[in-house]
Amino acid sequence: MSYPGMRDLKLREALIFERSREGRRGYSLPEEDLTGAESILPAELRRDELDLPEVSEVDVVRHYTRLSTYNFSLDLGFYPLGSCTMKYNPKVNEKLVRNPQFTELHPETPVRFAQGTLKIMYEMQRMLAEIGGFAACTLNPSAGAHGEYTGIGIIRSYFAKTGDTKRKKIIIPDSAHGTNPASCALNGFEVVVLESDEHGKVDLATLKSLLNDEVAGIMLTNPNTLGVFESDILEITKMVHEAGGLVYGDGANMNALLGVARPGDMGIDVLHYNLHKTFSTPHGGGGPGAGPVGVCQKLVEFLPNPFVVCENGVYSFKNSSDAMGRVRSFYGNMGVTLKAFIYILEYGREHLGETAKNAVLNANYIKACLKDYYHLKYKSDTLHEVVFDDSEMPNHVTTMDIAKALIDRGYHPPTVYFPLIVHGALMIEPTESESKETLDEFIEAMIDIAEKAKSDPENILNAPLSTAISRPDETLAARKPVLKWVRN
Amino acid sequence: MRYLPITDSERKEMLEKIGVKSVDDLFSPLPKSVLLKKELNIPSSMSEPELEKMMDELGKENCGANMLSFLGGGCYRHFCPALVDQMISRSEFYTSYTPYQPEVSQGTLQAIFEFQTMIANLFQMDVANASMYDGATAAAEAVLMAHKIQTKRRKVLIASTINPQYLETIRTYTSFVVDTIELLEMDPATGCVAESELAKIDSDTICVLFQYPNYFGMIENLKKISALTHEAGALLIPVVTEATALGVIATPGSIDADIAVGDGQALGIPMNFGGPGVGLFTCKEKHVRKMPGRLIGETVDRNGNRCFVLTLSAREQHIKREKATSNICSNQGLMATAASIYLATMGKQGLRDVALMNLKRADYLKKKIASETACRIAFNGCNYNEFTILAPMDACELLKAFGEKGILGGIAAKKYFPELDNAVIVNTTEVHTYGELDRFVDALKEIAGGAK
Repeated sequence: MSYPGMRDLKLREALIFERSREGRRGYSLPEEDLTGAESILPAELRRDELDLPEVSEVDVVRHYTRLSTYNFSLDLGFYPLGSCTMKYNPKVNEKLVRNPQFTELHPETPVRFAQGTLKIMYEMQRMLAEIGGFAACTLNPSAGAHGEYTGIGIIRSYFAKTGDTKRKKIIIPDSAHGTNPASCALNGFEVVVLESDEHGKVDLATLKSLLNDEVAGIMLTNPNTLGVFESDILEITKMVHEAGGLVYGDGANMNALLGVARPGDMGIDVLHYNLHKTFSTPHGGGGPGAGPVGVCQKLVEFLPNPFVVCENGVYSFKNSSDAMGRVRSFYGNMGVTLKAFIYILEYGREHLGETAKNAVLNANYIKACLKDYYHLKYKSDTLHEVVFDDSEMPNHVTTMDIAKALIDRGYHPPTVYFPLIVHGALMIEPTESESKETLDEFIEAMIDIAEKAKSDPENILNAPLSTAISRPDETLAARKPVLKWVRN
Repeated sequence: MRYLPITDSERKEMLEKIGVKSVDDLFSPLPKSVLLKKELNIPSSMSEPELEKMMDELGKENCGANMLSFLGGGCYRHFCPALVDQMISRSEFYTSYTPYQPEVSQGTLQAIFEFQTMIANLFQMDVANASMYDGATAAAEAVLMAHKIQTKRRKVLIASTINPQYLETIRTYTSFVVDTIELLEMDPATGCVAESELAKIDSDTICVLFQYPNYFGMIENLKKISALTHEAGALLIPVVTEATALGVIATPGSIDADIAVGDGQALGIPMNFGGPGVGLFTCKEKHVRKMPGRLIGETVDRNGNRCFVLTLSAREQHIKREKATSNICSNQGLMATAASIYLATMGKQGLRDVALMNLKRADYLKKKIASETACRIAFNGCNYNEFTILAPMDACELLKAFGEKGILGGIAAKKYFPELDNAVIVNTTEVHTYGELDRFVDALKEIAGGAK
């Protein structure tokens, strides 16, 4: 066995509230007599008891340090979570964005005192537009789903302006992320589901049958969630445009194309990027991310407000009266945008395309090495990720069991049970960050699991055995929700 | 490239295993016509020392970052203990994904469960979720949630005194969903919603959404708004954009809020030109299944040990798709963790001290401005750490003159309220010394004149 496995030091840790001792303090503030200060407010505007922990600084540090050891993280090991693009998060980005000249800048600072950040925003709007083949790009959305919401909102505003208001439907392939239909619904669109064909792709005849003058557009992930590139993309976008619709591109899988091809050149009108996937900003255990949206020329005026412009070398904000509106406070997750800016410049025009090329190479290598051990529902060529399933597993071993067995072998599991069109899906995305020996070790672990599923299924069914907890009772959590700690 | 470990000879081996000649062959599903034929128009690759230099130079152009600042308006500079950044810089927190695999995500899950507990306690509400993008989107989603609860009603009432960016965001999200959005207009004497406007609350009202302290820094008539809203059977949605205020001010729970939202940036998160912060979302327990966003719940593992999981996901997009309560599929995980670490460190007494220091400074500054300068305090009523002054001159002129003295004097209200030509919204927090407050007043005297 050459894969890492899991063996570690884990200290038990209670909730921070349970560490609390009356009168204990962990903070340091200037000496100041605050007696009577509360009477500045009338009694009826004052709060009563505030239930927060009373702990020392050492308590806090031990608490969060111990908690951190219960997490698997990208810096710890291979994290082949499909569709999430868990690529390495460069440390130089983390260091440079902590410069107080950026972190201590208030968003209402007059623009003449904030030219550094505004210049970065302007450059990011331009570079992201260039990378995707678009006319312009907004940095406002805070996450991928927020980008989807914004992009579909731009489409809504476009049809409101053109007066074509009966276009109330958006076509979405059944392989799409759940956020796609949810983002359409949030914008008041009705979702029409397009069934994928036997290759896991959009079938042109099926698409044609769904297109009419009530369709606002199609929402397409390309390569799709199977990692399969929609090779009819030029026909698809042409058909949708001829029917009067617009094409939305979900940029979740942009890492497969980065610097190799541009969605805008394929006829895609709107696309959201995930800076936390394609552009290396850390996922932070769930966020913050950023979901900039690029658009073609005719949609520029509908981008949300505000937008950064440059006149005579001075950067400032501009609002458009046709804009879809504002999608959040201020201008977006600038702390995240800064990291992506540094990332793009480190690769530069010479090397950016190498990310996609190595990511696609790594994914195809895993596919080639594992296809004799795990079932592939769709045989189509794939780019940056591969989706196996559990349909040929013996002894009732399921995808969930395989995922948990991978944990014992020292890996974060792939994305499981998605896309929905593959029953028991195991979606593996290695990214360009991984070395061949990491991939080989992972492959060895996957093969070991496939073999143990036959010879020693208990080993798989009881996994994980090496983690802080064993499998949790999720049904109980949902049936009797306990969503906060309550003092006894 | 240092982040690309595959060597040429390894690449050759891998291509052989795959059974293709070159990496380009792997891209054969793409139409040839869309493959990039020229270099992208972006700058040339930079090394780490070059990147450092560039970012350093760009940073220097943000001279606003080191000016004495009295800017607030939804983003606040507070003291933050050093350990907060130290802790969230542990890569076990920041390089992990959403906690889909609970066995290897207990760190994030427990931290967010504690966050939910702290926010619920701070707001005195039954339930808090794992967080939203920011306060503005939390407010927009709160209106959408209220609309789903109150299916037979048509009208949303919003105080005109809320942060204008929140109002714009709510309009973006809801204007085509709800039949009517009406504003509760301001009383020019109090800077709060006019009492007469509360007559708009009726049996057709879905919800009443208002902010406190409001955009002008004023604390609305909480009791009266609450009583009239509930009498009409509408949902009460207070918004708190300055979360440290709840260290001393009456909570959303204490006025019987149905849904309460806010922004947690003030809780140990740097301003970063407006993001990332953390949206706070709380509600009464009976509405939890209509709540947007991620929720962490307590359960047990196979051995009966307490542990935490993502729960009530039947509300969410990956299961419900277009019928989900929202499209959100993440939270501001790391920022929520930062806010929790801040709240744990400050604790019960520390947060109260911070709140009192803010209250005291604003009171000091307000009184000094009123007695020593030609400006007057715009509105009668109570404030927390922000208030509005009326200058004897145009607000933008005043702020420009402040800028020349190296001071960011506040926000010109006319940016969003054109009728308030001379009004400046001023914020002070515990980071200001009393000497700095005096410096503000001295500058104001020089620019606008002393008391007559």
